[in-house]
Amino acid sequence: MPRRDDISSILIIGSGPIVIGQACEFDYSGTQACRVLREEGYRVILANSNPATIMTDPDFADATYIEPLTWEVVALIIEREQPDAVLPTLGGQTALNIAMELFDRGLIGVPGTPEMIGANAEAIATAEDRQQFKEAMIEIGLDVPRSGISHTMEEARVVVEEIGLPVIIRPAYILGGRGTGIASTAEEFERVASNGLAASPISEILIEESIAGWKEYELEVMRDRSDNCVIICSIENVDPMGVHTGDSITVAPQQTLTDVEYQEMRDAAIRCIRRVGVETGGSNVQFAVDPATGQQVVIEMNPRVSRSSALASKATGFPIAKMAARLAVGYTLDEIPNDITKATPASFEPVIDYVVTKIPRWAFEKLPGSSGILGTQMQSVGEAMSIGRTFTESVQKAMRSLEQGHDGLIDSRSISSLATHTDVELLEMCAIPTPDRLVQVAELLRRGVAVERVHDACRIDHWFLDQILMLCEEHDHLTSMTLDSFDRRAMRRAKRLGYSDRQIAGIVGATENDVRSTRLALGVVPTYKTVDTCAAEFAADTPYHYSTWEDENEVRQSDRTKVIILGSGPNRIGQGIEFDYCCVHASFALREAGFETIMVNCNPETVSTDYDTSDRLYFEPLTREDVLNVIDAERPAKVIVSLGGQTPLKLAGEIDVNLVAGTSAASIDAAEDREIWNRLCDELGIPQPPGGTAVTLEEARKICDEVGFPVLVRPSYVLGGRAMQIIHDHDHLARAMAELSGAGSLGREGGLSAERPVLIDRFLASAVEVDVDAIRDHTGEVLIGGVMEHVEEAGVHSGDSACAIPPQTLPEWVVEVIRSYTSAIAQRLDVRGLINVQFAVVGTMVYVIEANPRASRTVPFVAKATGVPLAKVATRVMMGSTLAELRVEGLLCDPVEGHVAVKEAVLPFNRFPEVDPALGPEMRSTGEVMGIDTGFGRAFSKAELAAGSELPTTGMVFLSLNDTDKPAGIVVARRLRERGLSIAATEGTAAHLARFGIDVDRVLGKVAEQDGTTAIDLIADGTINFVVNTPRGSSGRSDGEQIRKAASLHRVSCVTTVAAALAAAQGLAETSSEPLTVRTLQEFHQR
Amino acid sequence: MSSGQIRDGALVLADGSVFEGELIGAEHVVASGEVVFNTALSGYQEIITDPSYAGQLITFTYPHIGNYGVNATDAESRGVFCRGVIVRELARRPSNYRSEQGLGEYLASQGLAGIAGIDTRRLTRLIRSQGAIPGAFGGLSESELLVRAQQESGTDGVDLVSTVTTTDSYTVGSGHRRIVALDFGIKTTILRHLGSLGTVEVVPASTSASDVLAREPDGVFLSNGPGDPGMLDSVSREVAQLVGAVPLFGICLGHQLLGRAIGASTVKLPFGHHGGNHPVKDLTTNRIEITSQNHNFAVDADSFTGLERDVHMTHVNLNDGVCEGLEVRGAQCFSVQHHPEAGPGPHDSIYLFDRFAALMDAQRSSGKAVR
Repeated sequence: MPRRDDISSILIIGSGPIVIGQACEFDYSGTQACRVLREEGYRVILANSNPATIMTDPDFADATYIEPLTWEVVALIIEREQPDAVLPTLGGQTALNIAMELFDRGLIGVPGTPEMIGANAEAIATAEDRQQFKEAMIEIGLDVPRSGISHTMEEARVVVEEIGLPVIIRPAYILGGRGTGIASTAEEFERVASNGLAASPISEILIEESIAGWKEYELEVMRDRSDNCVIICSIENVDPMGVHTGDSITVAPQQTLTDVEYQEMRDAAIRCIRRVGVETGGSNVQFAVDPATGQQVVIEMNPRVSRSSALASKATGFPIAKMAARLAVGYTLDEIPNDITKATPASFEPVIDYVVTKIPRWAFEKLPGSSGILGTQMQSVGEAMSIGRTFTESVQKAMRSLEQGHDGLIDSRSISSLATHTDVELLEMCAIPTPDRLVQVAELLRRGVAVERVHDACRIDHWFLDQILMLCEEHDHLTSMTLDSFDRRAMRRAKRLGYSDRQIAGIVGATENDVRSTRLALGVVPTYKTVDTCAAEFAADTPYHYSTWEDENEVRQSDRTKVIILGSGPNRIGQGIEFDYCCVHASFALREAGFETIMVNCNPETVSTDYDTSDRLYFEPLTREDVLNVIDAERPAKVIVSLGGQTPLKLAGEIDVNLVAGTSAASIDAAEDREIWNRLCDELGIPQPPGGTAVTLEEARKICDEVGFPVLVRPSYVLGGRAMQIIHDHDHLARAMAELSGAGSLGREGGLSAERPVLIDRFLASAVEVDVDAIRDHTGEVLIGGVMEHVEEAGVHSGDSACAIPPQTLPEWVVEVIRSYTSAIAQRLDVRGLINVQFAVVGTMVYVIEANPRASRTVPFVAKATGVPLAKVATRVMMGSTLAELRVEGLLCDPVEGHVAVKEAVLPFNRFPEVDPALGPEMRSTGEVMGIDTGFGRAFSKAELAAGSELPTTGMVFLSLNDTDKPAGIVVARRLRERGLSIAATEGTAAHLARFGIDVDRVLGKVAEQDGTTAIDLIADGTINFVVNTPRGSSGRSDGEQIRKAASLHRVSCVTTVAAALAAAQGLAETSSEPLTVRTLQEFHQR
Repeated sequence: MSSGQIRDGALVLADGSVFEGELIGAEHVVASGEVVFNTALSGYQEIITDPSYAGQLITFTYPHIGNYGVNATDAESRGVFCRGVIVRELARRPSNYRSEQGLGEYLASQGLAGIAGIDTRRLTRLIRSQGAIPGAFGGLSESELLVRAQQESGTDGVDLVSTVTTTDSYTVGSGHRRIVALDFGIKTTILRHLGSLGTVEVVPASTSASDVLAREPDGVFLSNGPGDPGMLDSVSREVAQLVGAVPLFGICLGHQLLGRAIGASTVKLPFGHHGGNHPVKDLTTNRIEITSQNHNFAVDADSFTGLERDVHMTHVNLNDGVCEGLEVRGAQCFSVQHHPEAGPGPHDSIYLFDRFAALMDAQRSSGKAVR
């Protein structure tokens, strides 16, 4: 069946901001879908609130709505655009839920409204509703764990009585397992079940027999309109059941099922997709297998493209999202050519001849108070994937891809860090799933603890344990060697087991460089193999490669001018999709300009690791060795290190200076080196907050005595305000320095040294922060891309703060000063490409805080706000073009004005109810949204709505302000009153407001004193639907902390700065006068 | 397995290519044969025990082989008929509740040699571009191995069926339908499926048509098997006498023999189809089946025109257009090139056994010879 001609326009719903459980994989899938559907000649309408995505580039859709993703807003888009169809299966759970809300209201999927393509409402309901799904599976003869559904705690207690503990609790209609948990005792059950009911938008939980410890598998299935079904990939979890699949270490293909068992699972997956009724596209079916009997049960099914399908696409080379989009518009699998072989059809099952390992990356160090224990609720913020010919090679590559200081699975550091634990302790530790479990397991095996004992503790399959044991045996073997004793065989053997040069160096007591030279002298070099979907059965031209240590290298040399772009590795807080956006744009810009582009990255979620984004893709860890190997193999003209965040920037010094594109490594260092930087600012006469650098506590004390408290303390060479703190006294300073110098997680990342000192600055309280992104070319022309004024005052990390383009409160001449300072700094640093400069404005005094001659997190936001493709322009400038040339070429245009764009951060606190959601200098947001409209208030309201904290139009606001914020609180309270909201306040705040004639409806006592109703009770029962709580420095935090945690647990919007409260009040004022309207980015960008 | 036990070895191909590796499985054996590859991700035991691989060295493209061990139920025949296995990595500790033995031990117990540590992707690419090629590995010098490899004639023009067929007839299954299965190297899984349809008498490949018909079967099954169908003209002649006399169902070599029996020709493919992921379209229903494949020869569908009987291609391989199935209209005969029984591989084509049963039942109720 060919392309459908009865529809001509299609609305794609995106997935919104990056949150835990829903990351850039949906930018990858959405971007592919947009591309394919436009290629097919459809008018593509896109809705997504996330400005950092590739898909929201105005080039990718005919109409791009960067608008909040709520059903109400999407309904406005539908009303305005009248699409023929809605494709809801490529935007994660967000898109699916919105589609269901629209369907329930008769706005899509019923006659006279846009058709739902990909999956219809009935199929979505069958897969998503736990009870319906279970019944459907039983109906077709598949086993499911025993379970029952509950909507209240009373029902829940009856169900658990029948099933018996332990049980697993899964809320309906949630993503990434939010609110899910295992309960082994009655007390745990009460807690987990009530959390689950709160997390489910329809207050429904499934209580299920726990099968923790069983083996866990996933199959990726595709189906077309003619009911042809194929399995794209099988995935086996190294972590047994009990850990969310997003938090599990996973391997593709499956390793430990016989063909008989595998085919049984394959049949079940196909029956499942047919019964659920996903008409076209991809689905993910999860299974658990009892290792003792082989019994298989179906766990769940996602009737849409998922995180696992992104992984499966990258693992096999089969572009699931692209295919899903084509199938949705009527094609059948046999009508679509296999993208990779070109000669064979897509109606086949990919086979691979390598092993893929995915390891998640967590951010517990940024979330003090969180348990760090993995469970059925996803907590990781990113993942690294690796490809090796064998599991041993693959898992070692994945460990170093994480960029958490591992040189492989077993290295000197992991051994010494666990040295104080006895075997028995380690066995107990590895029984509890944590991010460190694999390293603990490896250490036990290295110490000679039997595979059986380790298996009994951690339940990881024997096969995986034996593979790890092989790595341990090799480690033992290497410890008996010196670098001189290596022959070619010994070196090749270690390399084939995935040992990195650095890891070998640590074991034999040599430097990484010595190992590298020895290895090269022995002629042991990596070979690059191709990912081709067919295990070499057919000729393939795919430019998708991975390194391994075999006989034959498949990469053919070309004689075009090549540029390597180093990507940003696994997502983490502070370094995410924004940098992938920049890398992808660099590749696009350079391809358009005739260069051959080569991408190196290891993040499977991204657009950059799509094999057709660049001319070639190397799926490799971003370490010195792996990157130098690719450089040796490709011999590029230039290497781009400044677009992927801190990851590639750290490698700048390792690469031949002549190869680094754009700003030199020396200039990058000049901006980081405090002494050079101070001198530069002095010479330019640009004021800085007073401060200095310290390596020891004594030095730090001295600086604080000079500049006075409070001070801002931050380590050098980190991103996202890692370990950044505002310090009010000497005790606190001592604690902070101890953490930085070794004990804490940052110590593990390198500690302190003369090269990596701590920066200490006088903290400018209540200053306005300003961010500037600019580009300078080699002629010295500087382009100011955007000046962003932060909503939250200095002290809140810029990544966690809302900001606006253009600046809203700064006088025009202050902005002019900021622009001049930026140009002068760029000039002095001899920047070639992007630079980001941060300023703090106190009154009319402009201080420079720091400058970073690289792409910043805000580059995509600025591009979407102004219509100037900053990343592309910067890339061309790095390769030698001038801004003037790019203007003539048409790539560079003037910014569009006449609207306001607000970026708002999205924070992960609802997943970590034990963590205080107050904002601070350490960045903790996982993603961002943009609101764009005619005025600041309207844009801010949209941004808040998009970020999931809708400003209330009715109900009760709770105000609890510290003394400094009380004056501004008067304004906030008055505005809210004017909008008809009632107000609750703490005694102090209420008394203050009363003095200025503002009535408070309820005065609430201290939480700690527990007399009468507290704010927490009113938050829990839904009376209070908006919280303004500003922390009181380090002393009075506890009461406020409990209130903020309660708000995040009950999903009540909570702002922790008075500036945000003022913005919210302004937003309310502007939106109540005129309802929200939607407009495309293309319209905003019209000149 | 400590490093002390590693036996270095090499695989040498007839074109002189050398692959370094470590010898596994049976010791003191030099293996030689035609090198083919199989892309299946699981099912190594079924593949190694499939008699259709007689005379061949099997390269597994998936690097980890042996992960779930070996068990008695998954064997496709009474032993091994391939000449050796070539892998990247042999699992030393199997893990599966069904496992009874490690693959390495099993190979040794069967006297089958293997070689591990091979860059199997390089080998596969070489076979893909040059075609199936003879090779040899074992504890000899590279030059000795080269000689062995060059002495191998491959599978063209060799009758391998006589080395794998049963010597005596035997019966499996139960039920009212009577099926005679001509054993050219029949797989256990096929017998299991046929056995669920009726009582199956398995007879040697050399059984004559009259002998077959004397057993008054409701249907005759032509099994899979190794090698060149062109070497089995005596068999094709007997099959020709069965066409029209009794419902016939053929799989793999059985399909090729049916083709030759009705006058179609067979050709050798450059490197064959060996794997579990080939898309085949049923031209009657237009549905796509993902199929299990293992053959080097194929029926040439272009040779159907002008045949005495009304022969149609019923299934086609979507990767390369190779004929995957044929039917002889009016004669109750059909056959497929791929393996509907799986073992290993997907079950998408299992319906073909039901089709065979339906043919037999229709024939029985009509109570007369087909033509």
